[in-house]
Amino acid sequence: MMIDRQARKHLFETVAQRVIAGADELTDLDRAIGDGDHGINMRRGFEAVLAAVDELSAKNLGESLKGVGTTLVMRVGGASGPLYGTLFMSLGKSLGDEVTCEQVADAFATAIEAVKARGKSDVGQKTMLDVLFPVLGVLREGGVDVTARLRATAKAAAEDTIPMRAIRGRASFLGERSIGHMDPGARSSALIVDAVADVMEGLT
Amino acid sequence: MSENVGIVIVSHSADVARGTALMVEQMVGREVPLGWCGGDPGGGLGTSVEAIMKAIEQAWSEKGVAILVDLGGAETNSEMAIEMLPEERRDRVVVCNAPVVEGAVMAATEAASGATLEAVRRTAEELTPV
Repeated sequence: MMIDRQARKHLFETVAQRVIAGADELTDLDRAIGDGDHGINMRRGFEAVLAAVDELSAKNLGESLKGVGTTLVMRVGGASGPLYGTLFMSLGKSLGDEVTCEQVADAFATAIEAVKARGKSDVGQKTMLDVLFPVLGVLREGGVDVTARLRATAKAAAEDTIPMRAIRGRASFLGERSIGHMDPGARSSALIVDAVADVMEGLT
Repeated sequence: MSENVGIVIVSHSADVARGTALMVEQMVGREVPLGWCGGDPGGGLGTSVEAIMKAIEQAWSEKGVAILVDLGGAETNSEMAIEMLPEERRDRVVVCNAPVVEGAVMAATEAASGATLEAVRRTAEELTPV
């Protein structure tokens, strides 16, 4: 599929609006096991993306994704700025305007490795990686109803972090007490995947 | 230009960062280039990559800069800030694995003796239990 300027703008706006709409929920989740600022931080970052969306989407897909990543790094604050910033910047490095599902999956796999390195974390530690990794599996499978499976997988994967014990991030200070709450970063990742799936449906 | 390694203090709280900087200055005066920052881009508790980059600039020394951080996000944002520096500066900035207040004072005291970046980092990290 071709991700032209209009599609890029639509993609960034949809993702930003979805995160902003979920900001209060993210903050509530973070209040339970973190420092209670995830939604506030993500809202600030994605409001900055929205404010610059015309400028950001004017560049080719690679450059515009890097631009989104840099905006998040500079504006989000908290660890989620560099983590999401790294995800978008890494995707930008490996994607052209014309993309196949396979190329997106390869780029996403590379981006996940970059996020792991940035957060010194891995799958199973109650983080955003616990959503991103199963989503990669769905991208690799591809197929006709890929967008529906992306949404369902991301949502379920975020819920699967509830019984996990946090190993990284502020929630790890709580030890056993981090069990029983959904990870806010996993939830924000699921929101972003959900928005991207909506945009993909419009393109195909 | 100072001949000593620079020290940067990064806290989630501007008050903690400023207070730590005052303690460092009390110990070493102006002998060590010093930068500090605290607070997120919206002015709340948190850290900002942009502010960290400015603090590194302020504390810049040809011998390098040692950064002391408090909690997780401060470390992640400091590492991100280092990667966004001009290439020739990146390998002359390190994040020390040490408590922020004690680490900053110890690191600055070592830096004031003219020690190398590696020695400054080692001194700060001696405070961390293994």
